[in-house]
Amino acid sequence: MAAEWICRALRDGALAGEHAPALTIKDSITSPLGFDVFAHVLSQHSTNISAGKSQSRGLVLVAFCRSPSFYLDLLNKRGLDTASSHQWIRILDCYTDPLGWKDRLAESASATKLSHEGLNMASIRGNVKDIDSVYSSIISLGKGFVEQGNVRFCVAIDSVNEMLRYASLSSVAGLISSLRCCDQISSVFWFYHADLCEERVTAVLDYMSTMAASIEPLIQFANRQRSNSENLSLLDQNFTRGKLHLRCKRRNGRVRVMFEDIHIGQSGINFTSASCEDGVINQGLLPKVQFNLQLSEKELKDRAKVVLPFEHQGNGKPVQIYDGRKSLTDGKYEIAPVSTGISDTDKESSKGEIIYFRDSEDEMPDSDEDPDDDLDI
Amino acid sequence: MEIRGLLDEALGLQHLSGRVVLLEDCVETSAAFVLHHLLKRSLSQPLHSSNVVVFIAFAQPLSHYDRILRKLGCNLAAQRDNSKFFFFDMLMDCPDEDNGKGGDGGLVSLYGKILKTMSALPQVNKNCVTVMIDDVSLMEVAARGSTNLVLDFLHYCHTLVSEFGCSLVMLNHEDIYSGMVSPTLILQMKYLADILIKAEPLATGLASDVHGQLTVVNRSIVDGERSRNKPCNFHFKVKENSVEYFYPGSRT
Repeated sequence: MAAEWICRALRDGALAGEHAPALTIKDSITSPLGFDVFAHVLSQHSTNISAGKSQSRGLVLVAFCRSPSFYLDLLNKRGLDTASSHQWIRILDCYTDPLGWKDRLAESASATKLSHEGLNMASIRGNVKDIDSVYSSIISLGKGFVEQGNVRFCVAIDSVNEMLRYASLSSVAGLISSLRCCDQISSVFWFYHADLCEERVTAVLDYMSTMAASIEPLIQFANRQRSNSENLSLLDQNFTRGKLHLRCKRRNGRVRVMFEDIHIGQSGINFTSASCEDGVINQGLLPKVQFNLQLSEKELKDRAKVVLPFEHQGNGKPVQIYDGRKSLTDGKYEIAPVSTGISDTDKESSKGEIIYFRDSEDEMPDSDEDPDDDLDI
Repeated sequence: MEIRGLLDEALGLQHLSGRVVLLEDCVETSAAFVLHHLLKRSLSQPLHSSNVVVFIAFAQPLSHYDRILRKLGCNLAAQRDNSKFFFFDMLMDCPDEDNGKGGDGGLVSLYGKILKTMSALPQVNKNCVTVMIDDVSLMEVAARGSTNLVLDFLHYCHTLVSEFGCSLVMLNHEDIYSGMVSPTLILQMKYLADILIKAEPLATGLASDVHGQLTVVNRSIVDGERSRNKPCNFHFKVKENSVEYFYPGSRT
């Protein structure tokens, strides 16, 4: 449900007079499935766009950590027609040569220059550190879709981490917020690894997004320092399974939280509702022991029925609590439950009770009491 | 051949093309033998006779690797003469003198050399190249402690992987980052890697006939689908000219 919700929100886009909705996708090394979720959202949204179902007419993908051809392959594999892709996707290539090393080397050695520029690509060579130029490239790529004033496009950024390596947090935050303000943009989404950034970076990015999807491991490692080798099956689980935790902020300030399980199988990524998650996780966490740590419902009921010794609540008799000292006079109370108990068990067989026979008059009071504590010696 | 070993099984039989492999070790247990193994495997597999290795050495001189590989049955000098083994000795050419521009620790020019080497190869060899880095922590030293610069270099190496379909093998030590608040370099490398091979001592301490344990996590994607390779863990014993791999408890 959460994943569908995300795709719907991106599809519906921005309302007039509001900032564009923004989605953060983040993960950490214990459950590194964030990129799969990003790829899922990307392909779902692309499907919507190419089918004309979305508010946005095109998608500008800012590629920092994968090559443009990787993304075209990915979309092709998800059944999108990349031949007509130039009508709805443009890729800003910040991957191939972000710092201009290749250009610099090509100049000095006059080697053949590799060119990726095609119909739907643009690349930034050497000046990725200049966030303003990234912004203007995004806008000018998007303008390709936007002939009339009221058509919008969507922006996807595949790694905010890389961007943060090249530029300061404030300039990255500035880029994102100016993208959200832009009239021609219908939605923005981005992905990053949360454990590579400081906490304040995570907080800033969360504040700027209307939806924050974080991927968490199903089972947390009890001890981070513990070597993987001892938790091989856990490790394996965390590479294929995870929990999608989605927090959406409504316009009125209400925050809604949703959970969903992620499973990555041979056929791709699956989302299932996480209704039974707690039970499953708890069962998974409990060590296998030969005795029960918890009571069944029947056992709980039976336990509630047990009448504790010397406490006859609710049956009209005075409440008598055994203090270890009562003797002869109480004899009848000690015997009584036995005689009545037998007849009672016929009537209500499920009633439990504790039968206590005092062995002899010599029985000592409870061991923690000092029998002589009232003596003044 | 039975000697194939659990390591090769865990890595899969195909060439590692298009993969990034991270070897992670610690003071007690060195993963250098895995590097030697991969070097030998890349050079001597008859299946892939067009294999080429580009070796970037920050840690040891050529003679060191030559001596070890000869024991493993692989002649580096001959391979180098056949243009199948390219060795960049970063100990010898001091980056400061080499590059007057300064500031980049010679990494830009190193990248230029790798690119030039790879571009000059015949087409058959291009996607069978393995780039090996021994080791990244010393590269960081050469970059004068600039993690960002190392990451930039690794990013450019990654572009080689996606452009040429070559493979990248890098070694780093985990424990030197253990005390840091945000161990970003090793974490970044883990994110970059498709295959993680971790060498660590036995949890139970030292043993005379077991030298440590290897954990191989292979999360590479084969043909768009996640491969079935489960993470695996086994023990090893490094011998004079071979390494024995075995499952825990399978040796008496």
